[in-house]
Amino acid sequence: MLRFTLRRLLLALVVGIAVSAIAFMLLRVSGDLAIALAGEDASPAEVERIREQYGLNRPIIVQYAEWLWRAVQGDLGRSLFYPESVANLIMSRLPVTLTLAGLGLVIALLISLPLGIIAALRRNTWVDRGALGIAVVGQAMPNFWFGLLMIFFFGLSLGWLPISGSDTWMHFVMPAITLGWFSAPVLMRLTRGGMVEVMTSDYIRTARAKGLPGRVVVLKHALRNAIIPVVALCSVQFGNMLSGSVIIETVFALQGIGYLAWEAISRRDFPVVQGILLLVALFYVILTLLADILNAWLDPRIRRG
Amino acid sequence: MSDITAPTGPKLRKKRGRILGNSGLIVAATVLGLITLMAIFAPFIAPHDPYAQTLDDRLIPPAFIDAEMADPRYLLGTDNLGRDYLSRLIYGARISLLIGLLTMLVSGVIGTVLGVAAGYFGGRVDTVVSFLITTRLSLPVVMVALAVVAVAGGSLQVVVLVLGLLLWDRFAVVMRSATMQLRNLEYVAAAQSVGCSTPRILVGEILPNLIPALVVVASYEMAQAILLEAALSFLGLGVQPPLPSWGLMVAEAKEVMLFDPWVILLPGLAICVLVLAINMLGDGIRDVTAPEGRS
Repeated sequence: MLRFTLRRLLLALVVGIAVSAIAFMLLRVSGDLAIALAGEDASPAEVERIREQYGLNRPIIVQYAEWLWRAVQGDLGRSLFYPESVANLIMSRLPVTLTLAGLGLVIALLISLPLGIIAALRRNTWVDRGALGIAVVGQAMPNFWFGLLMIFFFGLSLGWLPISGSDTWMHFVMPAITLGWFSAPVLMRLTRGGMVEVMTSDYIRTARAKGLPGRVVVLKHALRNAIIPVVALCSVQFGNMLSGSVIIETVFALQGIGYLAWEAISRRDFPVVQGILLLVALFYVILTLLADILNAWLDPRIRRG
Repeated sequence: MSDITAPTGPKLRKKRGRILGNSGLIVAATVLGLITLMAIFAPFIAPHDPYAQTLDDRLIPPAFIDAEMADPRYLLGTDNLGRDYLSRLIYGARISLLIGLLTMLVSGVIGTVLGVAAGYFGGRVDTVVSFLITTRLSLPVVMVALAVVAVAGGSLQVVVLVLGLLLWDRFAVVMRSATMQLRNLEYVAAAQSVGCSTPRILVGEILPNLIPALVVVASYEMAQAILLEAALSFLGLGVQPPLPSWGLMVAEAKEVMLFDPWVILLPGLAICVLVLAINMLGDGIRDVTAPEGRS
């Protein structure tokens, strides 16, 4: 176990360094930042001045090393738009996004666990096919469109919920449902698959033969084992939700890091863009690391693989 | 998806029965075929020029929304610049299909090459490819795509390139594990023992057996690319106006949603139908080619 953990930790570290390099280089490779900052019709002298001012004329490796060295110490530079440091800016917006992703995950589980279990128990009936149908149709909808439809029905028509902002818990209802809805299908399929496998295993037959009531067998004996991979996938889904927040937060004008990222990208506030990319990628690296270790801890076969 | 069986003679008739017995597959293929025809023959089908603005005819609702206000010249109404909605939807299919197909090709080539190499050679190659997959999965797709498009400029080519370079991970993961299984089969060992070159084994023995799994992944990735293009265009950093991208049309409709909510319905529905058809086609093909994998 220790060997596996150390090896996995090393991989996470290398991947972390790789994503930091990508987060930094991405904007440099995509175009000339000095021209992007100065504007399309700036004079060459002006572009040169900006190149000088932001240190863009130095070798890119030197710039990256300096940025990474500061980033490790918690300094991600200053925003070009807000009079604030990137780190402070992200920290002030992060709670909104974490709340949103957390609620989204809860809603995804509330949808997917019951549906997945029922679909597995009523395998190949209309219930099973119906649950699968919901998953297939649900995944085909563009999430921003789903969000707009919700805004229209519950916000504009019925007037039940506020349609933008992040001041009260009411503001989080629709964004969290939107986010959760799109994570539910994959979790549901996994729950169903796991339950189908477990329910046909020997120990469940034994538990049944002992005369235990069906509910106890399903919830206590079967679900416990079927849910292991679901828990691991949840951490990955949480990471996906952080990156998916950019669309959802923009639709609902929720002031989290997703909205901040979109704003920063539109305004070419590149220190903020780099900071958010780095943070979200590192979150994902850490979450998948935890998921892998959890899986290996619970299932010895993975450790040796 | 991991169950790959080489199709053999007697199985063929059974397979035809499965295709005809799979109603989802038939419906999906028909819908996709119709949308494709509509996209190809758009200039002949579209009743109006999708770019022509008639400012006197702005936001005319379709008959099923408001029969009083409807205009028979505009079957699905007009947008807030007085452009015919039906024509824009028809032309929009071109953008979605083109971006979906091209992105799928770019990411399919990258992912298949990486996945097959990792699965066949194993060892160090596998370590490097697994590292690349893990790194790619750690990058937030939408944010990275938005950032690149913002600096490089929004155009069809940029969107295809960015999405193609981002969406290869599933190809690589599936091709890797499928190749690993094939590598140890007798006929691959037989080909090796009679002295076939490695490229010949990869192209002649491995690749043909990967095709069913490849088609299934390709369909999912195409659907994914279409959804992502719509999202990027919706956020203003994808295909640029006045091109009738369905995602862009939702964004334009959002501006007038308060008074004319029907405008957001149509382009979203169009994306939904196209993506659903592609996904169902993928599911159907999976069921037909590897029914054992279905539980």
